[in-house]
Amino acid sequence: MRLAKRLHSAALRNRAFLGALLLFAVFYLVYHMLHPRGFSSAVLIQNTNESVAIVFVAMAQTLPVLTGGLDLSVGAVMTLTNCIASELLTGTPAEMLFGALLTLACGAAFGCVNGLIVVYGRIQPIITTLATGAVAIGLALLIRPRPGGEVDDDLSWAMTNTVFDFAETYGLAEGGEAAWLQPFAAIPVPLLIVLAVVLFIWLPFRNTQMGRTVYAVGSAEGAAYMSGLPVERAKIAAFTLAGLFAACAGLYLAIQTSSGNADVTQAGAYTLNSIAAVVLGGTSLYGGVGGAIGSLVGALILRVISFYFRILAIDPLLQPLIEGVVLLGAVSLGALRTLRVKNRLELFR
Amino acid sequence: MPSDQPFIQLAGVTKSFQGIRALENVAFACRKGSIHAILGENGAGKSTLIKIMSGVLAADSGEMRVEGRPVRFSTPAEAAKTGIVCIFQELSLVPDLSVADNIMLADPPKRFGMIDRRRQRRRAEELLARIRCEDIDPDALVRQLSLSRRQMVEIAKALGQEPRLLILDEATSALTSRDVQTVYDLLAELKEQDVACLFISHRMHEVEALCDTLSVFRNGRHIETFAKGEKSDREIVHLMIGRDVETQFPPRPEPRRREPLLEVKNLRWENRLKGIDLSVGRGEIVGLGGLDGQGQKELLLALFGVLRQVEGTVKVGGMEGVPASPAAARSARTRIALVPEDRKTEGLMLQLPIADNLLASAFARVSSGPFIDRAKAETAISAAIEKLRIRLGSPRDIVATLSGGNQQKVVIAKWLMVEPDLILLNDPTRGIDVGTKQEIYRLMRDLAEEGKAVLFYSSDYAELIGCCDRVSVMYDGRIVAELEGEGITEEAIVAASLNIAPEAAA
Repeated sequence: MRLAKRLHSAALRNRAFLGALLLFAVFYLVYHMLHPRGFSSAVLIQNTNESVAIVFVAMAQTLPVLTGGLDLSVGAVMTLTNCIASELLTGTPAEMLFGALLTLACGAAFGCVNGLIVVYGRIQPIITTLATGAVAIGLALLIRPRPGGEVDDDLSWAMTNTVFDFAETYGLAEGGEAAWLQPFAAIPVPLLIVLAVVLFIWLPFRNTQMGRTVYAVGSAEGAAYMSGLPVERAKIAAFTLAGLFAACAGLYLAIQTSSGNADVTQAGAYTLNSIAAVVLGGTSLYGGVGGAIGSLVGALILRVISFYFRILAIDPLLQPLIEGVVLLGAVSLGALRTLRVKNRLELFR
Repeated sequence: MPSDQPFIQLAGVTKSFQGIRALENVAFACRKGSIHAILGENGAGKSTLIKIMSGVLAADSGEMRVEGRPVRFSTPAEAAKTGIVCIFQELSLVPDLSVADNIMLADPPKRFGMIDRRRQRRRAEELLARIRCEDIDPDALVRQLSLSRRQMVEIAKALGQEPRLLILDEATSALTSRDVQTVYDLLAELKEQDVACLFISHRMHEVEALCDTLSVFRNGRHIETFAKGEKSDREIVHLMIGRDVETQFPPRPEPRRREPLLEVKNLRWENRLKGIDLSVGRGEIVGLGGLDGQGQKELLLALFGVLRQVEGTVKVGGMEGVPASPAAARSARTRIALVPEDRKTEGLMLQLPIADNLLASAFARVSSGPFIDRAKAETAISAAIEKLRIRLGSPRDIVATLSGGNQQKVVIAKWLMVEPDLILLNDPTRGIDVGTKQEIYRLMRDLAEEGKAVLFYSSDYAELIGCCDRVSVMYDGRIVAELEGEGITEEAIVAASLNIAPEAAA
């Protein structure tokens, strides 16, 4: 009885997230039903591969938004780390591992600088990151004036296919034939990568005092300060983690495309889509409410919408229009609850 | 018996804000195991004093010692480490986190560097039980709680930090009577444990009931410290304001039948209002009494057009129906004004200048076409400032720079600009100094004499008795008693608040 009550109140609190999850499930199921070949692991692999980068960028955007800010540099940091990774992911496995870690460190460091400027320069996050985003693109162009790269082909193949392919490529688990591996053999590796980042970075962070402080700062910065919380360090941590997640996107993009590309338009599109994904996933732009898992689902919703254009004969010219309308509709669902509020003062709280 | 060793000692402490002295050469001490009241009008320096003690502000000069050792705090966290914990008037809770998260916010129980939710929840439950608030769900968001419940969570949070000096800044002003008693018991318990308490309240009877030592501040100076009982109320008030106060309340006119301006019949909303019947006449001050949270606030909000789906009949100046919104309430033929519960969020735009706040409801009155007429605006602003005697530097200053009492005057002045016929007041004197309170009482009577109708909710029974022509006492969403003239006594109000017959209360 008590458990049921607690579950009920937890569901109410996570209403926005559950709504997004439901929306995604419906969209994705219908997509597979409409798909000429139905559900297949090849389609699943393709879908996950195309979703990883936007998922990570959306997770990155979540943290600054939770503190009540906005990070306009996440797409640019992805592009920058994409170019860095395209230089570093070659050579022996040890060198490649080092290169990957260095890429992630670069992203985190860039985010940290964002945080330092916001906190100690006392400049609004939106304008800080508009500027540093341009700097990131500039650096990316210096590293890679033209698209290209020497990303290891084995790595690229292994990371963008199933667990079986991964094991086969590297001769692990009897070349992928080991009996214990079979239940997992068909799972796409990119799915596991996202899962690992959520499980080993996001969830632990959320449950640390620093993570709690990020939420507190976004909800009521004054109260957080008065409670003796490390407000400044929490903001820096949020931007640093945003940089790290953006670097995850850049790193994966390099592996997926075997190259780096300092594409300015793409960086901008990813940044804007990340904001849309964050809102779709139930994170409040005022800060303090939401989470990276919601943004992950939000990003998936955005991606599924674009998948539809491939299987339905829709004029590509109409794509932005339809995407915009669907986005508007999905976000409006979240506003439905305000129709039920009977004390209108609560709308402003 | 309080021990003689002071827990905290200040000497020569001075603090100025932009050239204005907030504290001047203050020497002050608070002993362990003592409940020590700090009295003074708003602007006397009480808030600055406690902010320096709790690390929110740093003193310009002077020395602070805790148990004889000199200390200097640059953040509230440092003060909390020394055992100095403050329950602030402006709540320090984070609305989007759960009650348990908030209570353990500063120092949650951890396992492997991560917050141990189970232990945190248990600890929060213990602390809530200690202040008899088992009804508060530790998993609920603070946002969902009423102001009085939030205040109790705030107290639980302070307790959780194991204070050695607990500072309560108007901490009881939003509480229900039952919770106030709980806090009294808690303070007595802490006193036994040799914890020092500083108690700031504008309610004299609370100070009388609780404190053993009293200190009076005036204009940033520490005037005098004395044991309870050494001075009469009259002497204390004299020390606080530096002059004698004659009658606290303006005289009440002879009761007579008045033509009703507001008539409410069988008003219902959700499960908070369960059939309210009420009338307020022109020239009349009607009080709303009762324990906190019995539907008084909802009633005022309903009349002001804030609530949706209100049932029942409401007649305002002969016209039927509740206003559709505050905007409609303001500009209808019979205009309604509401001085809201929380002046910091609902009453004022804190970061805007005083002038803009004063004009906010009456832009139409000072405009020519779509443009605000400067000359008209200036005249209106200076008239309002003069009428309410608002003490300020310049009307261009940010309203947040004013003291609490003067902020409330700005809220009232704003509404008087639209020349309302019906004035709804939601506890307008909460957390306000004695001098300003009296000015507000006087103003209410003046407005009534001008033929306006006043509906006045107050959590202070003395105000209801002193100010109102009639008092309606609410209990559980209904009006359970209507008191009139000589029938308005403390006994009658208390009895009705508890929904018992007066004989049973005596």
